[in-house]
Amino acid sequence: MTAVRIYFNNIWLALSSIAIGMRITMSHLFVKSVTTQYPDVKLKMPERARNRLYVNIDDCIGCDQCSMACPVDCITIETIKSTPDQDLGTTSTGQKKRLHVPVFDIDIAKCCYCGLCVPPCPTECIVMTDVYEFSEFDRKNLIYNFSVMMPQDIEQARAKLKKAEEEAAAKKAAAAAAAAAAKAAAPPAAPPADKPAGAPPSQQPSTPASDTPGQPGKS
Amino acid sequence: MEAFQNLGFWGTLLVTIVLSALPLVFVLLYALVTIYLEMKVAAHVQDRVAYMRTGWHGVLQPIADFIKLIQKEDIISVAANKKLFILAPYIVFMGTYGAYAAIPFSSIFIGANIDLGAFFIIGISSLVVVGILMAGWASNNKWSIFGAVRSAAQMISYEIPTALAVLIAVMITGSLNLQEVTKFQAGGIQNWLIFGGPLPLLQKILITPFTLITFLILFVASLAEVNRTPFDLPEAESELVQGFFTEYSGMRWALFYVAEYANMFLVAGVAVALFLGGWESPFGSFLSGPIWGLFWFIIKGMVLVFLQIWLRWTLPRLRVDQLMYTSWKVLTPFLFVCIIAIGLILVL
Ligand code: SF4
Ligand code: SF4
Repeated sequence: MTAVRIYFNNIWLALSSIAIGMRITMSHLFVKSVTTQYPDVKLKMPERARNRLYVNIDDCIGCDQCSMACPVDCITIETIKSTPDQDLGTTSTGQKKRLHVPVFDIDIAKCCYCGLCVPPCPTECIVMTDVYEFSEFDRKNLIYNFSVMMPQDIEQARAKLKKAEEEAAAKKAAAAAAAAAAKAAAPPAAPPADKPAGAPPSQQPSTPASDTPGQPGKS
Repeated sequence: MEAFQNLGFWGTLLVTIVLSALPLVFVLLYALVTIYLEMKVAAHVQDRVAYMRTGWHGVLQPIADFIKLIQKEDIISVAANKKLFILAPYIVFMGTYGAYAAIPFSSIFIGANIDLGAFFIIGISSLVVVGILMAGWASNNKWSIFGAVRSAAQMISYEIPTALAVLIAVMITGSLNLQEVTKFQAGGIQNWLIFGGPLPLLQKILITPFTLITFLILFVASLAEVNRTPFDLPEAESELVQGFFTEYSGMRWALFYVAEYANMFLVAGVAVALFLGGWESPFGSFLSGPIWGLFWFIIKGMVLVFLQIWLRWTLPRLRVDQLMYTSWKVLTPFLFVCIIAIGLILVL
C-alpha cells in the first residue's frame, strides 16, 4: 500500500513541481531584464571604485612611499635631488618639493587595483579614477609615464646636481686639507680637531681628492 | 498530387524534386526562427536580453551564425573513423527529414500520402539513433561514445511510450494515415483527439481523461526522443562537453543542429496531427482551407515547440536512472492502462 502511495505521490510531486517551475519561468519572461547594454549605456561607478590610477605629477614630491607600498612593484620612481639654488615650487598641500622626478612609471598591466599606494602619499597626488576602459593592442602601452620632465631637463638637472656635488666635495676636501694642515701645525691638540672635517651631515662619504696624504677623517 | 500525373518522366522528376524540397525550405526557415526564439526565451527567462546588436533586437543573428558556420574550418580528428564520421550527420538529418514526408502540412500538401504514415514516421526517425551512435563511435572520443550510448538507450526506451501513444490515436481513428487521422478530427476544437474526438457524448466524456493523459505522455516521450531538456543526457554539456557531436565543427555540426531543431518540429507535428487536429481549424469550417490549414498546422506546431523551449529553460536534467524510471515505470504502464480503458470504452 505505501509503495503504491509513494509511486503516485512521486508522480504528483513531479507534475506539480514542473507546473510551479513553468509558472515561475513564464512570469520571468515578462520581467524587465537586468542587462545593461554596456557600450551604449554605462553604469555609474561607485564613488570609491578602484580603477585606473592617476598621478598628479605637479604635486608629487618623489618620496617613493607609493612605490614601496605597492605589493606587485609596478610603480617605478627615479628622483634627482635639486640643488639649493633651484626652487621647484610647492605642492598644492603646501609641501616644498626638493626632488626632480624624471621617471614615474606605473605598469598598469601589473597593477591589481588594491589601492595600497593611495593612502601613504603625503600630498594625495596618486589617486584612483573611475576610468576602466583602457585596453590596448600593445602591452607596452600599458606602462604609463607620468613624469613630465623632458630629456634635456633631466640632463640639465643631473649635470647641475653633479656639479653641486663636485663643488661640495671639493669644499669638503679643502676643509679636510685645512684641518690636516692645522693638525700638522699643532700636534698636541690633534684628537678633537678632526671632528669638524665630516661636519655637513647630509654629505655622503663621497670620494674626496685622494691626493691628500694622511687624511684622518676617512673610514 | 494527382494533378501532376501526366507530365512524363522528366516533368514528374522535376515536380518531385521541387515538392520534396519544399519542406526543406520550411525546415531551414523554421530553424532560423526557432534558434532565435530559443535564445530569446532562454535569455528572458533569466532576465537577460540575448542578441541585441545584429539588426533590430538581433533578428539577424541566426543568419550571422549560419554564415559563420559555413566559413568555419572543417576539422576531422586524426583518430576518428573518417567515413563514418562524415556519414553520421547526413544519416541523422536524413532520419529526421525523411519523416517529414508523412507529415500532413495542409489538406493538399503532404509529401507522401502513405497509408502507414504514423508507422513510417516512427520507423524512419529511429534512423537518427543509428546516426548518433555512428557519430559517437566514429569520433573516437570518450565523451562522444558516452553520449551516443546514452542516446541509444534513451531513444530506444522512449520509442515504446511514443509508439503506444500513437497506437491509441490509431485505435480511436482507425487509420495510420495522418491525413485520415486529421480529417477524423474535423469540426472544431471539441473534436480534437485530445478531447476524445467526435465520438458519441457518453463515450467522449469517458474517454477524454485518457486521451488527455495520452497526449501528455506523447509530449513527454517525444521530448526524450529528440534529446531535449530535461532529457538531454546525450549532449549533457556539464558532463559530456557536447555529447555525441563534441568532435564536430562547421557545417557538419550545423547539420546536427538543424536536425535537432527539425526533430523538435517533427515531434510537435506528429503530436498536432494525432491529437490537436492537424491542419483543421479550431473553429470548425471558419478559417479553414488549404492555406489556412498550413497556417493552423504551423501555429499549433510552433506552440508545442515553444512549450518544449519553455520546459527546457525551466527544468534541470534528469539522471540516467530517473530517465529510465520515467519511461519504464511511469509512462509505459500508464499507457497500458489507457490502451485498455480506451479499448473498452470504444467497444461500449
Ligand atoms: S593599486 Fe596596488 S598594485 Fe596598483 S600601483 Fe597601487 S599599490 Fe600597486
Ligand atoms: S607617495 Fe605621492 S608624493 Fe610620494 S612619490 Fe608617490 S605619488 Fe609622489
